[in-house]
Amino acid sequence: MGQYYYKLPDLGEGMVEAEIAEIHVKVGDMVTEDQMLIDMMTDKATVEMPSPVDGKILSIKGNPGDMIAVGSAMVIIEVEGAGNADDEAATPEAGAETAPEAKPEPTPVSPVKAAPVAVPTPAPVMAGTTSEKPLASPAVRRQALEADVDLSQVPGTGPAGRISHQDLEDFIAAGGRMAQALNVGAGRQKRTAIEEIPVIGIRRKIAARMELSKRTIPHYSYVEEIDVTEVEKLRVFLNENRNEDQPKLSILPFIMMATLKGMEKFPDCNSHYDPENSLVRKFAPVHLGIASQTPNGLMVPVVSHAETRDIWDMATEMMRVSAAARSGKAKREELSGSTVTITSLGRIGGIVTTPVINYPEVCIIGVNKIVARPMVMNGTDIQIRQMMNLSSSFDHRVVDGYVAAELIQFIKGALEQPATLFM
Amino acid sequence: MDMKCKLLVIGAGPGGYVAAIRAGQLGIDTIIVEADRAGGTCLIRGCIPSKALIHAADKYKTMAAHAGDGHLGISLTENPVLDFAKTMDWKEGIVDRLNGGVEALLKKAKVRQIKGWAKFKDAKTCEVDTQSGPVTIAAEHVILANGSQPTELPFLPFGGDVLSSTEALTLTEVPENLVVVGAGYIGLELGIAYSKLGSKVTFIEADNRILASYDKELTAPVKQWLNRHDITVHLGAKASGWKGNSLSYTDKDGKEQTIAADKLLVTVGRRPNTEGWGLETMAVDMDGQFIKIDNQCRTAMKNVWAIGDITGEPMLAHRASAQGEVVAEIIAGKKRVFNPNAIAAVCFTDPEIIAVGQSAEEAKAQGIDTVVGKFPLMANGRALTMEAGEGGGFIRITARKDNHVIVGIHGVGPHVSELSGEFALALEMGARLEDIADTIHVHPTMTESFAEASLAALGHAIHI
Repeated sequence: MGQYYYKLPDLGEGMVEAEIAEIHVKVGDMVTEDQMLIDMMTDKATVEMPSPVDGKILSIKGNPGDMIAVGSAMVIIEVEGAGNADDEAATPEAGAETAPEAKPEPTPVSPVKAAPVAVPTPAPVMAGTTSEKPLASPAVRRQALEADVDLSQVPGTGPAGRISHQDLEDFIAAGGRMAQALNVGAGRQKRTAIEEIPVIGIRRKIAARMELSKRTIPHYSYVEEIDVTEVEKLRVFLNENRNEDQPKLSILPFIMMATLKGMEKFPDCNSHYDPENSLVRKFAPVHLGIASQTPNGLMVPVVSHAETRDIWDMATEMMRVSAAARSGKAKREELSGSTVTITSLGRIGGIVTTPVINYPEVCIIGVNKIVARPMVMNGTDIQIRQMMNLSSSFDHRVVDGYVAAELIQFIKGALEQPATLFM
Repeated sequence: MDMKCKLLVIGAGPGGYVAAIRAGQLGIDTIIVEADRAGGTCLIRGCIPSKALIHAADKYKTMAAHAGDGHLGISLTENPVLDFAKTMDWKEGIVDRLNGGVEALLKKAKVRQIKGWAKFKDAKTCEVDTQSGPVTIAAEHVILANGSQPTELPFLPFGGDVLSSTEALTLTEVPENLVVVGAGYIGLELGIAYSKLGSKVTFIEADNRILASYDKELTAPVKQWLNRHDITVHLGAKASGWKGNSLSYTDKDGKEQTIAADKLLVTVGRRPNTEGWGLETMAVDMDGQFIKIDNQCRTAMKNVWAIGDITGEPMLAHRASAQGEVVAEIIAGKKRVFNPNAIAAVCFTDPEIIAVGQSAEEAKAQGIDTVVGKFPLMANGRALTMEAGEGGGFIRITARKDNHVIVGIHGVGPHVSELSGEFALALEMGARLEDIADTIHVHPTMTESFAEASLAALGHAIHI
């Protein structure tokens, strides 16, 4: 009998660690080769890790939520034969970090009682600005840190407002910490806390990508209003007459169809810009990125080869990849490779957006809310029409304003004359 | 061989070894990797050997003053004889002893010591080529304490007679002519020591004054010492090349000059050791050339910590040690932050300089009005009895004008480095001038000058 150390493999893209999303087995289970053991979440996708061997689970290094470094063991499996490890295996203690302290019940702390503490009696006032460090010895500072007390809230009775051990103890004994944590007490109090949240995981990735895009791409935006009355009528008709297996259509698949047509007519916009090699990569296929809000932040799942899809298929695939992104189960290839991106905040509202281009693409189509507005038709006639703004951004290094205007006017035409979408 | 641990410490300098010992004390399974002997720059090729050299040089110079007519009524019939090789052996003995001590302390704390050069494959895994073959170490937490090294000038590469501070501490004989490029604290400490040992020393400094990071008042006694001992300092001078034991430089008037020397010591600063061990694979953020950390020494990568010189100024051993202790305790689940009021810095020049906190000028830049009290060592009895009253030394204390809270303490003079503890304590405790003035200082000691400086700031010094 030997031990097999199943290590987290390199998942690519310079990934150095991944989070345990779900564990499908427990210690003592017999597993067979290729049986799913564990789901690991990287900042792009959730990857299922199948067992590489037959054997018995000896140890699982962590719990859901723990980070595992690439190359470190996730699971140790007892196998026939020699295994791949010698016997030394200091088990990393997962979840060693202490759980956050339970907050006190947010129930009645009598405002009257708390008052003497909550209103910081500016005893011997510390001169100077409040941004200065509170005056206290290292031992008092450490005691405060351990007791979760913000020393700047503690009135110091010593010379120059120095906070003594007694001051800190009095503050805690009088419920000061509780008052501070719950922010209750007499009247309106100053809040001074600043919470520092480390930017990690997907958030960090998003920040880096946005910075890269905005720093390197000279953006400009172009906004046009589109009369979607006709396409809305068509949409309602199609939804009323669809087959069981066909999804209910939103406006988005129509915009996707129009964008596809636009990319086919203006292929310069369906490209990536590679400044290092001074190249524009013009793509024959159209892979539509669909910007989606997920619990982890912005992600861009991709409807690949839009040119091969009809409106129903477009809608089905879009719903599938967005759902996968939201649940964190999207595969890597479902989150990369788009040639042009559509972003929609339509449901929330907003007249105009200035979308940030999904680097290294050269154009992004932004969809605004549809509203009924009075429009002048045929020069004299005022009608109530369904109007939608399209806010798009372009990379001026590649797409000239003239071309951008032509593209958007083409998309406008296609959506206003929806029959052309299907020609 | 594969190894695993909860904590992996890279570098056994004053940051790394302290972190490892503290972690060991707290029961954390710890491995420390060091390519050299344990002790780091500080113990092996910095603070400790240089202080030994400085002490020996001082002793030799002092004894020489007793030859002939004598001094203080004590005379030697002959000049003292320097056997420099033996001096260096004595210095090495101290280094060996401290190195052995550190390794024993690590062992006592049950820290596993791996000798070799660590190379990271990813943020939590490194490979070390040891004498007994390659070892792969996977850890849950990593502390980077890689330290720093002397900065090399491209036109004065180290090697041969061009020395960094490291080689200057292992010379086998005292050079007749020593030229030092860079009159910062490292260059001055070593240059002054070699001058005392008999070298003719010349400084080439690009700035228009020595020890540019300290205020002029504080550095004046050092400047005066250099003048009195015929040590030439070329200020505003830029070294440009080294050929045939001759240094070429442009003087402050823009004229090309050359100066001959047996050895050239280049001390123009230190740079962090960020290359050659896989830092690029670790996804940490940088702050200029240093690793960026927060007030708990966390890097941008989860459970990767960095301490000491690799995280920026001030590059001081005692800062690294304090950070190491904090990080070990955080890993053990304690609440700690690295948030000192001040970190004292000392120059072991002749005379010594000590600086903690802000000068009046620095405080003013932050909008703080101050009062300053200064007490000359000349007026301190104990200083006079130790021949420490000459040379313009003083203790200076700077406090807020409104509430007398001390913001900075500075001093220059023989032995003042030993006062640094009380100075740092005063700042950490948030002491006011009155606290120092009302603390009875032993008579006769140098520390009386501190109380007197406080009284001076309050406007009523007794002994001046």
